[in-house]
Amino acid sequence: MNQISKKLPAYDVEAIRQDFPVLNQQVRGKQLVYLDNAATSQKPKAVIDSIVQYYENDNANIHRGVHTLSERATLSYENSRKKVQAFLNADSHKEIVFTRGATEAINLVANAFAEKLSAGDEVLITAMEHHSNIVPWQMLCEKTGAELKVAPINAQGELIVEEFAALISKKTKFAAISHMSNALGTINPIKQLIDLLHQYDIPVLIDGAQAIPHISVDVQALDCEFYVFSGHKLYAPTGIGALYGKMEQLEQMSAYQGGGDMISVVTFDKTVYNKVPYKFEAGTPNIAGTIGLGAAIDYVSRIGIDAIAAHENSLLAYAVEQSQRIEKLTIIGTAEQKGAIMSFVLDGIHPHDIGTMMDHQGIAVRAGHHCAMPVMDFFGVPATARASFAMYNTHQEVDALMAGIENLIEMFG
Amino acid sequence: MLDDLRDLYQEVIFDHNKNPRNFRLMDDADRQIDGFNPLCGDRITLFIKISDGKIADASFQGQGCAISTASASLMTDIVIGQTEQEAQSLFTLFHKMAIGEPVEMDELGKLAVLAGVCEYPARVKCATLPWHTLDALLKGAEEPVTTE
Ligand SMILES: Cc1ncc(COP(=O)(O)O)c(C=O)c1O
Repeated sequence: MNQISKKLPAYDVEAIRQDFPVLNQQVRGKQLVYLDNAATSQKPKAVIDSIVQYYENDNANIHRGVHTLSERATLSYENSRKKVQAFLNADSHKEIVFTRGATEAINLVANAFAEKLSAGDEVLITAMEHHSNIVPWQMLCEKTGAELKVAPINAQGELIVEEFAALISKKTKFAAISHMSNALGTINPIKQLIDLLHQYDIPVLIDGAQAIPHISVDVQALDCEFYVFSGHKLYAPTGIGALYGKMEQLEQMSAYQGGGDMISVVTFDKTVYNKVPYKFEAGTPNIAGTIGLGAAIDYVSRIGIDAIAAHENSLLAYAVEQSQRIEKLTIIGTAEQKGAIMSFVLDGIHPHDIGTMMDHQGIAVRAGHHCAMPVMDFFGVPATARASFAMYNTHQEVDALMAGIENLIEMFG
Repeated sequence: MLDDLRDLYQEVIFDHNKNPRNFRLMDDADRQIDGFNPLCGDRITLFIKISDGKIADASFQGQGCAISTASASLMTDIVIGQTEQEAQSLFTLFHKMAIGEPVEMDELGKLAVLAGVCEYPARVKCATLPWHTLDALLKGAEEPVTTE
């Protein structure tokens, strides 16, 4: 075998596009340019097929029947758990809990920590969090009397690490930080932050909702207590996501919901809970979605997350460079470490008008507050327009975006 | 290329967006109220003065897209001098137009330039926010109005 001469295949974006049926359509008479990937990504045929295959051949409830279909369904479901484990490099597949998504995973953890916190304690987050990594902690604080501390960001949209460090104290009992911001694209130095927090033995949850399709994650190297993500931003279906938790943490945590599957013995006097992770998976789960998530991880792994990231970063760099010729355009979020998200405003044109006018040109961008109202307040804008890139986007689509922006500026006069 | 978009963004709308009429604070307003569209963050504060059962003056402040700004501008312009009942029936009419129900366009006058929004479900609330706010104000509400 001649290993040395075997070259890595070049990144073939056209071939990748063929795998995503939804991309092949016209919107308002124009070729669709889908740049709303930070909201949700499109699904490759392999993921869609895995769901069809499951419903056509294996559909049954899991962990229950002894019949063949149930065994097959259970096997596929548990295989997906192992795929998530491998994808995050968790120590054990038992450290992976399936949830509806990042939001539910955060709520699950916040709910369990209600028992451990009391008045005088503090929970630390950052000023760039998504509402789903703010509100559950506010609710936890309301319940326990703990106080929410918010580490500030600078004008580039970067976390001010010194200020974050200054907010850590013996009172801090939990920290929750996004790996990558959905409104700004900022990638946080989470390893550094986790190490800082661990000096005080503070458990930390990383919100990986945005990072997961762009950054290769190794939860053991990071050493975070929790890592959460949603499948739908990783080319998997909606309604499925995962919580990684260190076993020692999960074992101490109270159950989230009661029901079937999360128990081992039930009498009217007492219920003995099932083991981790089943303790946290009450009721019939999203079996098809879980299988779809497994297929998505296979698909992403086949192309390679690093190759995907390199492609997306080149799209972002190109978009930023091209946007400089548009005088009225200001990028919101210019962190040095940044993922493939370009949030922007146009002088004198409201983001909603941008959204509608882009849609008219077949270009899907997000306009709004991106579930990050505090970020909008910080930058003094009511909303932004946001183009976010995925593995299947092309440099021509960036050109279309820029032309679209120029058209609407001209129209606005 | 954007010709069909002109049905929504007529010149009049750009004009009112750039130079909104009655865009001012009113220190001596008889009533004022905030309107808010939480979905998109549009905010409006509406002021009115009433004398002899008529809207003697109306003005607004706030931050919004071209559609909501133009709508507020046109609305304040048209309701000044109207009785409260007249303004309220105009709201009913405008609302019908915005959601695409058949109406006599003549009765809407200048407001007809906003008829295009019914084709854009996501934008209907932009056009109706100022009117919902006015409606609440006329009904004596004090709490901020939201479109959700
Ligand atoms: C950074 C971040 N965290 C959390 C979430 C919540 O994800 P989901 O709505 O899938 O639960 C999102 C989704 O937009 C996000 O971008």
